[in-house]
Formats: sequence, structure tokens, C-alpha cells
Amino acid sequence: MEYEEAKTRIVEGLTKKSKVKSKFYFNDLAKILELKPRIAKKLINKLVIEEVLEYWSSGSTSMYGLKGAGKQASAEHED
Amino acid sequence: MAKHETPLLDQLESGPWPSFVSDLKQEAEFRAKNEENIEYQIPQDVVEDLLGVLELSFKHGRTHWKHGGIVGVFGYGGGVIGRYCDQPEKFPGVAHFHTMRVSQPAGKFYTTKYLREICDLWARRGSGITNMHGSTGDIIFLGTTTPQLEEIFWELTHNLNQDLGGSGSNLRTPSDCIGQARCEFACYDTQAICHGLTVEYQDELHRPAFPYKFKFKFDGCPNCCVASIARADLSFIGTWRDEIPIDQEAVQAYIGGEIPPNAGAHSGRDWGPFDIQKEVIDNCPTDCMWMEDNKLMIDNKECNRCMHCINVMPRALRIGNDRGCTILAGAKAPILDGAQMGSLIVPFIKVEEPYDEIKETVIEPIWDWWMEEGKNRERLGELMKRQGFKKLLEVTGFKPDPRMVSEPRTNPYIFWNEDEVEGGFKRDINEFRKHHQR
Repeated sequence: MEYEEAKTRIVEGLTKKSKVKSKFYFNDLAKILELKPRIAKKLINKLVIEEVLEYWSSGSTSMYGLKGAGKQASAEHED
Repeated sequence: MAKHETPLLDQLESGPWPSFVSDLKQEAEFRAKNEENIEYQIPQDVVEDLLGVLELSFKHGRTHWKHGGIVGVFGYGGGVIGRYCDQPEKFPGVAHFHTMRVSQPAGKFYTTKYLREICDLWARRGSGITNMHGSTGDIIFLGTTTPQLEEIFWELTHNLNQDLGGSGSNLRTPSDCIGQARCEFACYDTQAICHGLTVEYQDELHRPAFPYKFKFKFDGCPNCCVASIARADLSFIGTWRDEIPIDQEAVQAYIGGEIPPNAGAHSGRDWGPFDIQKEVIDNCPTDCMWMEDNKLMIDNKECNRCMHCINVMPRALRIGNDRGCTILAGAKAPILDGAQMGSLIVPFIKVEEPYDEIKETVIEPIWDWWMEEGKNRERLGELMKRQGFKKLLEVTGFKPDPRMVSEPRTNPYIFWNEDEVEGGFKRDINEFRKHHQR
């Protein structure tokens, strides 16, 4: 799968669910891309580097979200 | 005069043991005086506020910390853990109090120059409070603000040649015992493989794509000083597969009291003369030792590497010469499903650079299986329990071995796959009906 196609799928997939939640597990993204985790990881990493996605971490678990989605940053006066 | 009254915390200083409260007060005073003219980049009274919020938590009996966030350094999904105080007006110094994990060197060897430099960095850009080391093994920097994160990362990587460690759904910073650098029991070079795999798996360490955390820990011998068997998803424990060499003269020297047992470790009081029968032979868990014609004998095939005899008489008994490691999988702490010890997956494997056999036959097949089948927040040990040890053997291709059995079976059923049964499961229904009426 090409990067642009992955980007479109992820952005559409996450936007569709954005009313319900803003953070997603890695596996949710791999499912949207319909790829094996190892292959999906390369594309998802690129989406992070290009600042389409951003990481969220509780310390023990990591999740992904569209950059700026959710309200945590503003709640903590970080934006 | 302290910024906040802390009567409950003060109590913790009243015992005979050292108290972290005294350490924090000392650091608070150091920052308030600032005799070294440090240009503090985060609130100078951060430690005062930390003491204040802790006192409040003691008073309320509940925490005032929130955790989790998008804080991190660019391109890394781990190494920084967002911490926020839920009483930021009362304690502005700790409104942001993020943790940073700094990858410790294998074996935790430092120069004093290096320690001074990281402490100086952290005093200037953080709270000055560290854990040396956290239970993960990392150097833990406790408490800084969001704008400082990139600055600290830049200084660590450019000035100190130092990386961040792992947190979140990543490979966690691999950790090891001091190994062959200082210990004669080490059956392989723990530092070499710990550093080697840390470098090899940088992507897994910094960019989270696992269902949950994953830990490698390396113990040089079955004394298991790193406790890898109890807490690592993949635990590498040094072992040998030949015989324990015995120096019979040294055995006699122990018996005669010329050499103190346990290398003199229990010399604090008089335990009486050394009794080899009581203190060594009778304590052997597999009863594989005895004296014959005044010589110590070991039935090596029964030995389960408990290390007791070697620990007691290190001059007389040594680890064997054909050395390698045992690999166990699936240990974890009791968050879900209770604590689990590691299950043996590889009885013996040679540990030789560049560790291709370990990477290709153990680590990577297990990761592929867990990444694909693991549920969100499911540790390897839980997946092994859910899908069965048999599945782990299938994905790695290892043959079942009696040494993998930890207890008599509790499940009376045996499940066969079609390819394991001669003739398979398919049958000709017409042929069957000839002999069996409906």
C-alpha cells in the first residue's frame, strides 16, 4: 500500500470515529489498513513523522490520535 | 521555613531508616539557596510543591496525580511519561511533572564525570530528583515541564551521547546483571547481548506498535539477580550443559574451615564450624550430591542448577564449561490474571554474537505471533495462557521437551491436529454407512 492511500484511509477511519473517541490502539490502525502489524508499522510511523498522527502514552500503554484531536493538551494548558 | 507544612511526611523521618522525605527536603533547600547559581528552567520551588501535594495525598488518602499525555519528543513514542497534578493552583510547581526514562548502560557502569553531567542537566532543566534506578532499570528523571522535554533530549543525545529508554507499548529498555565484568558465575556475556539487542531493536524501543509492554532481561546465571524469571516477557538465564567441575582439595579446605563458606558473606556472627552435610548436601533440592571416600560426588544429570552448592563453596565448585542460556517466556506482574513466572521455551542455546539464532528463532517469531494475535493490553504471558503453550511451540517451531513441563497435567483432553493423525480426519461416508446404520 502506498503512503498516500494509507493516509487517506487512516484520516477517514479516525475522523469517522472522532465523535466517540480520539485515541486508538495500534491494532485499530492496522485493521483500518488491513495490513499485518509489521508492515502497517512502517506506514503509521511515517504518518507520525509527517505529523498527521501523534502518539499518546499513559506510561504503560501507547495509543495514536490525529494530531490535535481530543482536548487533553488544552486542558493542561499545553497548546 | 518550608513552603508547606508537612506533619504527616515528617513522621516518615522518625524511624531509624533513611527517608526519601529527608532527601526531598535537602533538595528543596539546595534549590532555594542556589549557591551554585544554576539557571533553573522550571519552578525553583518544584520540590516544595512536591512535598506539599504528597502531604495532601496522605491527608486525603488518595492521589492527586493524573497520568498520560501526548508529551514526548519528536519521533519517539516512549521515554517520556506525562504526569500532571490535579491541584495546579495550590501546587503550581508540579502542575506539569513529567517523568523521563533514560536508557541505562548495560551493567550500569558509569564514570563519575557522566553522573555529574546528567545530574547537572537534571538540576537545571528538571526537578533534580532521580530514581537510580527505577525497577525497569532505567535512570528515571522525575519531574519536568513540557517545554523542557525537547531541550533535555537534545542535550542528552548531543552532549552526553545518551538515549531515552522505553515506556508505553514498546520494547522496554533491556536490562542485565553485572555479568562477566565482575561475576565468575556469569555463563554468558550479559552486557554484550543486552547492549547488542538494545541497538538492534531501536525501532521497537522507540516506536510503539506492540499490544502492550515487552521486556527482555538477562541473568548471567540461575542466581537470577535481575529476577528476569519473574518479570521479563523473555528471560535469558545463563546455564551450562556439562558437569560442575569439582576441586576436591578445596572441598576439604571448606570442610576443614580453611576457606569460609559463602565467600565469607555470613561472617557477621558465629555460625559454628562448617558442616557440608547439613549446609550443602542436605540442601540440594534434587538430592544429587553425596560424599564417597571423603570425596564430594554430584550426579550432574539430576542437577537443576539451583546454584546453592556453588554459592556456598565457590572455590570448590564452578559453573560448567559448555555454557549458554535458557530462555523463558511470559513472566509478568499481577495486574491481570495474577503474577506469572516465565515458562521454559528454549532449554539451552549458545549465546554468541551477533545472536542471529536467538533473534530469528526466538524473539522475532514470538513478536510476530503476539503482534498479530495479542489483544490490546495483553502481555505475552496472557496470550500464552489464552491460546496455550502448544501454540507458542507451533509459532516458534520448537519441539516439546520434558523440561518445559512445570507440573502434572490438569487438563484430561488431548487435542490433535489433522496432520498429526495418521490418515487424517476425513472419511468416506458411504464406506462408513456400509457398517453403521443411521
